[in-house]
Amino acid sequence: MTNEQLKEKILKLNSSAAIAEGKTYLTVTVPSSELYALAKTLKESEDTAFDYLMCLTGVDYATNLGVFYHINSSKHNHSIVLKTTTADRENAEVDSVYSLWKSAEYHEREVFDLLGIKFKNHPDLRRMFLDDDWVGHPLRKDYVDTINIVER
Amino acid sequence: MIFNIYDFTSFTQWIDNLLYSNLSPFWALIVEMTLIGLVFLLGYALVGLFLVYLERKVCALMQNRIGPNRVGPFGLFQTIADLIKLLLKELISIKHSDKLLFNIAPFIVIIASFLCIAAIPFAKGLHAMDFNIGVFYVMAVSSMGVVGILIAGWSSNNKYSLIGAMRSGAQIVSYELSVGLSLITMVVLAGSMQFSTIVEAQSDGWFIFKGHISSVIAFVIFMIASTAETNRGPFDLAEAESELTAGFHTEYSGIKFAFFFLAEYMNMFIVAAIAATVFWGGWMPLHIGGLEGFNNAMDFIPPFIWFFGKTFVIIFLMMWFKWTFPRLRIDQLLTLEWKYLLPINLINVLIMAFLVLMGWHF
Amino acid sequence: MVEEIQKTIDTEEEYTINMGPQHPSTHGVLRFVVSLKGELVKNVQPHCGYIHRGIEKMCEKITYPQIIHLTDRMDYLSAHINNAAVCLTVENALEIEMPERVKYIRTIIEELSRIASHQLWWCAFGMDLGGLTCFFYGLRDREKILDIFEESTGGRLIQSYNCPGGLMNDIHPNFQQKVKDFIKYFRKVLPEYDQLLTGNVIFQERAKKVGYISKEEAINFGLTGPSGRGSGFACDVRKRAPYHMYGKVDFKEVLYTEGDTLARYKVRIDEMWESMKIIEQLIDNIPAGDYAVKMKPIIKLPEGEYFQRVESARGEFDVFIISDGNKNPYRIKFRSPNLVNLTAINAMSKDHKIADLVAISGSLDLVIPCMDR
Repeated sequence: MTNEQLKEKILKLNSSAAIAEGKTYLTVTVPSSELYALAKTLKESEDTAFDYLMCLTGVDYATNLGVFYHINSSKHNHSIVLKTTTADRENAEVDSVYSLWKSAEYHEREVFDLLGIKFKNHPDLRRMFLDDDWVGHPLRKDYVDTINIVER
Repeated sequence: MIFNIYDFTSFTQWIDNLLYSNLSPFWALIVEMTLIGLVFLLGYALVGLFLVYLERKVCALMQNRIGPNRVGPFGLFQTIADLIKLLLKELISIKHSDKLLFNIAPFIVIIASFLCIAAIPFAKGLHAMDFNIGVFYVMAVSSMGVVGILIAGWSSNNKYSLIGAMRSGAQIVSYELSVGLSLITMVVLAGSMQFSTIVEAQSDGWFIFKGHISSVIAFVIFMIASTAETNRGPFDLAEAESELTAGFHTEYSGIKFAFFFLAEYMNMFIVAAIAATVFWGGWMPLHIGGLEGFNNAMDFIPPFIWFFGKTFVIIFLMMWFKWTFPRLRIDQLLTLEWKYLLPINLINVLIMAFLVLMGWHF
Repeated sequence: MVEEIQKTIDTEEEYTINMGPQHPSTHGVLRFVVSLKGELVKNVQPHCGYIHRGIEKMCEKITYPQIIHLTDRMDYLSAHINNAAVCLTVENALEIEMPERVKYIRTIIEELSRIASHQLWWCAFGMDLGGLTCFFYGLRDREKILDIFEESTGGRLIQSYNCPGGLMNDIHPNFQQKVKDFIKYFRKVLPEYDQLLTGNVIFQERAKKVGYISKEEAINFGLTGPSGRGSGFACDVRKRAPYHMYGKVDFKEVLYTEGDTLARYKVRIDEMWESMKIIEQLIDNIPAGDYAVKMKPIIKLPEGEYFQRVESARGEFDVFIISDGNKNPYRIKFRSPNLVNLTAINAMSKDHKIADLVAISGSLDLVIPCMDR
């Protein structure tokens, strides 16, 4: 499908989605509560068939946290970007997409580890790289570590 | 001339007589045993060190390298330097390990291999003991080493060691069968278990030629099974370094590790020596029935050179396996033994018995 | 009831061992906590982070030309490819078209580093299976590629040759001749790899039907690179989203459908042949011209989100940059193919022997610094 067709299709599925034309991919912004449902439909319907999760990125926007999902279809070879933001910084929660794409397991653990976004229904949400008793989430913009991070 | 490099019988007889004429029988026996013990200890260390050097050179040959070449001419003293290093290294004692068993294990392994040497004929008249059940004795004694390995694995209080030891146990118990049966095949042909008789019987042709098909099959099986029994080559599961770091000797250091190391190489030497004795005629030169001139020329080469030559050819073969093949998995290892080698072996014994009965061997 | 009893018996019989972080076959500081029942692997729990350096956080403080010096310390075996990914992202964001010469050289260098990476993988895989001689055969040939790299780029392992806007410096005058010599030599010695390992009965037994993963599972797990293509997942970014010269050269995407360790092995061996084919098509026609475009002294990306996919030696390597218009990225994310491929290891090694776990993790070709970042 071309980007226009995808855009039409997604708007039909979720009218509240905000779609922006990115450099190459469409960026679809949806509220975090609706993300899982949209992702599930996109994965399961025949003409979109987004069965491959390329990349899952967590971002700290200073006021809120966001998650990007770069997804691709191995059959049709088209890609889109799903984006969601959480209003709550301290108790950020997003539905886990593990049940759709198993590759999300470590991606989500990494985002949880470094940005502190909790993923609901994730089978094993632990810290990925840092120790279990580590305080804070290093990729957040307000993270302070006077010993290890040298500010210039 | 008492000392003759072609026949040591008179030489050993002379020492024996000298001792018995000057000492009481008890003390003569004690002195004799001490002498043999010292000679073996020295020979053991020398052969062991040389084998380590040889392994490194053969390995280098297989891998497009030069190998040790810094210490001494052609790196000959490299293993001696390594030995000194191992002697000086700290013996780390492991917490929560069974101290007694942990310390005993290397000795059991090395004693088992030591006992085997007693029965091996190095040249005519040059062997410590000429049992009438020599083959049986070697088989019985060599399988004692696995006790040491199991103890080492268990007492180290390390799961890797334990897995390695259990693998080794399963492996040696299984392959003991094939080693035994392939030797029995040759015993059927020789009609004796005494090594000296077996070697004498090959004066007109080695057993591998005399027993043709059956002997060749037995030899191949013996090579495979004995490589497995010495925990070497593609069968080094007990110390599989990519899986179990170092297997049963993970926790050993210094000279205790060196004992395991030395025992491994000496086991290889013993196995090769037995293969050379039983299949390739031991110290017996290559004789072809009827060709007198050729036989005389061959006789000119001293027997112990024949013996060591054959042994080192077989050792080279075993090293060649080791540095070429990937390692088997434990279930494949057991499948190979129980599903292939053992049935083939049993049938082979029957074929050999049939050949001997019908007189169809040379 | 019976099932419950069975369960308790099962758990009682299971025990765990730690593989790593210092273990010969984890190829670095990866740690597996393996639940074993006898020799059977029941569960594998990878623990990462032993070499976590926070590269993504570091990148938020440095400029784009500086980032490439960190990316080649991630997947050090395909350092060029990682660098190219960052460069491509920046160049595409600024809409700068690279001169043909740069594209040619980048493609050649990347394919060379893919060959070098697969060679090292072949060595290590042979070692994992206990064939120690493989290591020296692979390294012997890899040395030749490293020599070519050293001459042109000044580095052997970590080169930092690509930079936003082109290349750091022009190729050495000997480059073309040396590459051609290498291809000629390697075409002759690559069959040796097959003779030593591929055709070996023990190797075939060890690799066949070990660590099977179906195509659907592979896509779901996001297995990319040779690991994914061994299961029949056509995931080669060079074909699916061409960059550099890959759209214009003729090469085959190597696909096997068996999905086992042997298939993954064969993909990599065949990929070395394909890489040689690509290099041969380009090496004689490197056009004259500039080796770099004049860039602004301080590169600032316009505000927005930029995503670039490249095919590294281990799989799909993605760079995702969110820029707020400053000289350093607001957020940069590297999609490590190793981390995603690792996800599948538990499913792949279930009910296999512990020796198979080593073979499977070897066939995934994990590079730990890339995983931990």
